[in-house]
Amino acid sequence: MRVLLFGRLGDVAGWRERVLATPPVDLSALRDSLAGDDPALGEALTGPGVQVAVDQELTRGERMLAGVAEVAFLPPMSGG
Amino acid sequence: MIRLQTEPLDVGALTAAFCAGRSETGAVATFIGLARAEGGATKVLELEAYSGFTEKRIAEMVEEARTRFGLHDVSVVHRIGPVAPGEAVVFVATAAAHRREALEACDHLMDYLKSRAPFWKKEHGPDGERWIEPTGKDLADAKRWDQ
Repeated sequence: MRVLLFGRLGDVAGWRERVLATPPVDLSALRDSLAGDDPALGEALTGPGVQVAVDQELTRGERMLAGVAEVAFLPPMSGG
Repeated sequence: MIRLQTEPLDVGALTAAFCAGRSETGAVATFIGLARAEGGATKVLELEAYSGFTEKRIAEMVEEARTRFGLHDVSVVHRIGPVAPGEAVVFVATAAAHRREALEACDHLMDYLKSRAPFWKKEHGPDGERWIEPTGKDLADAKRWDQ
């Protein structure tokens, strides 16, 4: 499963794309795992206005990740 | 046509191509947004998009405008990556039977793009870099179309 970070989230983490060999069971587990590796990123992911897209569809709340190819964390958008 | 590109926009060629081969379109409106230097505060504007996702969101905005204004055609071409002041960031063209629909649709699309399109913009200046979020004015401009 691919994890994508955009905007300032990518700057905080120092990476913008990462492939996880074993996908976490759900979004909470994914956030926990990212926060375990990098507490600053963990905090940024729960910041105001951060949206989550699962396989390119915006998602609210919890979501199981079985069979999911891509999870993206989207900070507030700048617009075009 | 909806396209994101890292290459500079050739707005003349885009306009000519958009106007070509039309016999029922009476009006084409275009908007070209340029990157501003902000009095020297911005050396480079860097735009990040989410490939696939960004195009899909723009396509939804285009579809809404097409229906609302009865457009014949729409083109949105947007730069991504580093853009220097003075270079075109975005090209929007709308085609309709008459000018009012073409002009209003172009205005409407730009307001939506400025406030809702999934881009992340970073200004690189002499004092460092900062991420930009839509201004209150951008959000108010987009709300004008909500009635």
